[in-house]
Amino acid sequence: MAMQTLEAMPAGPAFVESDDDKRRFDAHRRALAWRRRLLPLAAVALLLVLWEAGVTIFHVKPFIAPAPSAVALVLAKQIGLLLQNLAPTAIEAVSGFVIGNLAAIVIATVFVYQRTAEEAFFPIAVMVHTIPVMAYAPILVLLLGNGMEAKIAIAALICFFPTLVNMTRGLRSVTAQQIELMRILSASPREVFFELRLKNALPFLFSALKIAAATSVIGAIVGEWIGATTGIGALIIQATYNFDSPLLYATIVVGSAFSALFFGVVSWAERFFLKWNVGEAG
Amino acid sequence: MSVAALRDQDETRARAAEPVVALKGVSVRFTTDRGTITALDNIDLAVEQGGFMTLLGPSGCGKSTLLRVVSDLVQPSAGSVKVLGVPPAVARARRDIGFVFQDAALLPWRTALQNVELPLQVGGGARRAGRRTPRELIDLVGLSGWENALPHELSGGMRQRVSIARALVNDPKLLLMDEPFGALDEITRDRLNEELLRVWEDTGATILFVTHSIYEAAFLGQNVLLLAARPGRVREITPVPLASPRRIALRETPAFVELVAHLRRVLETC
Repeated sequence: MAMQTLEAMPAGPAFVESDDDKRRFDAHRRALAWRRRLLPLAAVALLLVLWEAGVTIFHVKPFIAPAPSAVALVLAKQIGLLLQNLAPTAIEAVSGFVIGNLAAIVIATVFVYQRTAEEAFFPIAVMVHTIPVMAYAPILVLLLGNGMEAKIAIAALICFFPTLVNMTRGLRSVTAQQIELMRILSASPREVFFELRLKNALPFLFSALKIAAATSVIGAIVGEWIGATTGIGALIIQATYNFDSPLLYATIVVGSAFSALFFGVVSWAERFFLKWNVGEAG
Repeated sequence: MSVAALRDQDETRARAAEPVVALKGVSVRFTTDRGTITALDNIDLAVEQGGFMTLLGPSGCGKSTLLRVVSDLVQPSAGSVKVLGVPPAVARARRDIGFVFQDAALLPWRTALQNVELPLQVGGGARRAGRRTPRELIDLVGLSGWENALPHELSGGMRQRVSIARALVNDPKLLLMDEPFGALDEITRDRLNEELLRVWEDTGATILFVTHSIYEAAFLGQNVLLLAARPGRVREITPVPLASPRRIALRETPAFVELVAHLRRVLETC
């Protein structure tokens, strides 16, 4: 005998009365979405125009501040050089991202199961985190040499802390009743971890990964400042010393574009893996 | 089919004489920074096969603790606990105990159907699959068509229906419910009360049901266990002399009003 389902009503918008209203409602939402996309683009275009006009009107020398058109010209002409230098930076950033986050996830797991380990090592993690990148970057270059290893280590270290904090919180934030449920079901510690804690931690993890996507690129670039012959960081230093400001700006544009792309990939992965969380994320 | 006939079919009929839950001299003490709190003090209790007992009492009377002792979530400091004649840990491992929590405790990344399937996927539960498939249980609790909805897409009442279906998937002989409808609005609560009685008749399970509501306790239970607080102890077991099937309109009858008045008077002394 089936129970009544009076309560079971569609979960859609409650006050939409007719198809016509629904169409108008959807059209309005689409307009808002376009507005959200176009407004920032318009603002960027406006700023570029103002900048270009300012440089021309006040006769600013190119090495002090290049006009956007000069930067665009360099971007188009020297794209080969720029991409060639982006490659090592990208490899360092992504490798550091993977290593730093994996280490943070593993250590967070240890922390959750061994309070003593957390009490012993978390203060050290905090201390390391308070050291500015510019301070420990030379140390790591001295330790690991002038190759990619030092840059990867710097990128990994810069990703590590936010992920450690978020992941520890995520693994812990299961409710008492969820734990009791697993207990009633005689679930093994392994099942509690994989079925409950790990999945529960994913929204926390992705928040940290989005931060890490951008900071890992910064870490790699800072590492390249200390000692490198190729890479976005090295190119920034070279362009600065040569007063080649258009190239400097173009390099920054390429580096930022890569950061944004990396962030976009992680955000896409979040939406893909956390479909169940959209309701709470809003 | 009558309740009695359904219960006759039950494989455990042979053990009908033996209480499903038997507590003898059970005490639970918690040690905190400020000293020892006695949550339950010397509780004796027997719940018969197929019974529906509601637990009613003021805050701090140990209602929830009592359910947790029966389900092996809390160890008693003294006394003996038997579920179906064996220690609670054994009954739990056999999946003879189903538990419904106040906040539904669904896993938000699993759909309604996947949540109902959880007990079959962890703790070796697959070997103890019940007579009904998860899909049939979704139908039983009135959620047909919502199998693939995620918890955040469901209302509070619907989430609690899912958690009831999940508790039934291993065919438990004992269903423990810890204020399952406490967070719901009154209209939803009334509807789920009626439906729970139907589920109870349909499954033949023994139910222990904790509530804060006198009306709910009187409407659902065959017996109402009144607990006094600080320390938690049995004040009275009130039989409910109301016929089945019970409908919400029953609450307007003089017999029901009188019963509620009696329970309220006893509660005032708890």
